[in-house]
Amino acid sequence: MTPESKFESKLESKVISMRDAIAQHVPSGSMVLMGAQLEQMIPFAAGHELIRQGRRDLTLVGPISDILFDQMIGAGCVSRVMAAWVGNVSAGVGYCYRRATERNIPRRLEVVDYSNFTMALALHAGAMGTPFMPTYATLGSDLLKKNGNLREFASPVSEETLVAVRALRPDVAILNVQRADAQGNAHLWGSLGVALDGARASRKIIIVAEEIVEPCIISSDPNRTLVPGFLVAAVVHEPGGAHPSPVQGYLGRDHAFFEEYHERSRRIEDFEDWLAHWVLHLPDRREYWKQLGSARTGALAVKHHAFSAPADFGY
Amino acid sequence: MVAAAAREIGDGEVVFVGMRLPMLAFLVARRTHAPRAVGLFENGIIRETPSTQLLYTMGDPPNIFEATQCGQMLDVMALLQQGRVDAGFLGAAEIDRFGNLNTTWGHRNNEMQRLPGSGGACDIACLARRTVVLLAHDRERLTDRVSHITSPGFGTGGAWRHSHGLPTASGPSAVITTLGVLRFGHDGEAFLSSVHPGVSVEEVLANTGWTLRVADELIETKPPTGAELDVMRELDPHHFWTR
Repeated sequence: MTPESKFESKLESKVISMRDAIAQHVPSGSMVLMGAQLEQMIPFAAGHELIRQGRRDLTLVGPISDILFDQMIGAGCVSRVMAAWVGNVSAGVGYCYRRATERNIPRRLEVVDYSNFTMALALHAGAMGTPFMPTYATLGSDLLKKNGNLREFASPVSEETLVAVRALRPDVAILNVQRADAQGNAHLWGSLGVALDGARASRKIIIVAEEIVEPCIISSDPNRTLVPGFLVAAVVHEPGGAHPSPVQGYLGRDHAFFEEYHERSRRIEDFEDWLAHWVLHLPDRREYWKQLGSARTGALAVKHHAFSAPADFGY
Repeated sequence: MVAAAAREIGDGEVVFVGMRLPMLAFLVARRTHAPRAVGLFENGIIRETPSTQLLYTMGDPPNIFEATQCGQMLDVMALLQQGRVDAGFLGAAEIDRFGNLNTTWGHRNNEMQRLPGSGGACDIACLARRTVVLLAHDRERLTDRVSHITSPGFGTGGAWRHSHGLPTASGPSAVITTLGVLRFGHDGEAFLSSVHPGVSVEEVLANTGWTLRVADELIETKPPTGAELDVMRELDPHHFWTR
């Protein structure tokens, strides 16, 4: 045994179940970053577990969220949303979001409107450990007037007015990735969005991985290690945990599922049936996957693999 | 609409591509008159060769396959803020006579409706050198003053953008609707620049929520060419986006 492998064996694995990860790290009242990679790798399995465990008064943070934020709002988990866009990307509006903002159903929802860039800058400031980041974006808009975390200021080094975007430090970031080792050193690729700054800005990180791999796989390609394990609180092995959103190289996007949700969330009675069927009456992601059925999951499997050329890290 | 939008893209230009019709317009431009246009996507993707698949979202796996770069959102937003993005495409629920856009709170049948929000639209409207807006043409959508400025156009006209600190070379350049194309005068107010084939000026004016100025040299929008139609049919065979 080499000294390195002896050392590795002493490190306790951070791999736990989704149920335990949510129970231990995301209490009611938390500020949670989800959907950092925009339309890819959205942590639906984690969101559904938050719904099942009955979380309340969450603040959801994310640039866009596709239908995950809509579901969590409809389930009553959320008291505040800080986002640039909430809805159903390929189908249109989010009906639960509309019911909450227009009629306080199922409960009142505070919305703090950002643009994508200002959300990215808020997390960048959090990641940098500075109180704000400057930008010209949102000047002249009503976002600037209504969002108290966007403040105009006179540049100290030029004759200009800029917007200070206040830093955001979420309590926990939940990130779906392609692969990670048991310490949470994570490889992700494809759509990155605000994942890197989001991870660094957050006080805790939960990694949800398609695959758990040996540390030597991660260290063979360190440029792809976009979240270092020492920042990670828990690792969950949850293949398919991003469905219906895609995972590059692992899972296609289930466009029909987004359309179906659009139709079935239009009326509140139908949404409640949908929520029972796909979330509340299922114990975990494994049963969800069975309920999707092999025809559907098979159709989402990667048809043509496209591996990148290896990079030579030799010396 | 898609063909008219595609013609707003010059060859070699850097374009911030949105979803839906703008995405299709970018693909049409790339495959016809602007083969060297570069597409930026808000999730951090840069493409020099457009995806050959129909995309439902910019994060669809075919949009990442063989991309030029998959960076972070800040990477593409940084280029936008530097002034290196020639054109950005936006949709909107409402637009007003000065090109201000609302995608936050709309009203239909006298009820307030919460809309999804800015996404990257406000950023593009503030920082792109030109902004091209696409929307359906009716009196509710084309309104005298938007109730909420999600994405600023020329504000109240004149030097409004400059006085609010927005970049000098920026602002809306065209509004492509289902009936025609609007452009903007030096005072920041929109005027009707062209009508689509078969559409009368009266029809446009009757469906606009303010007294729309009409260009002295009003033209008819050139219909889509055979090449443009071929690309649209190939990329959207079931009319998911062009229905």
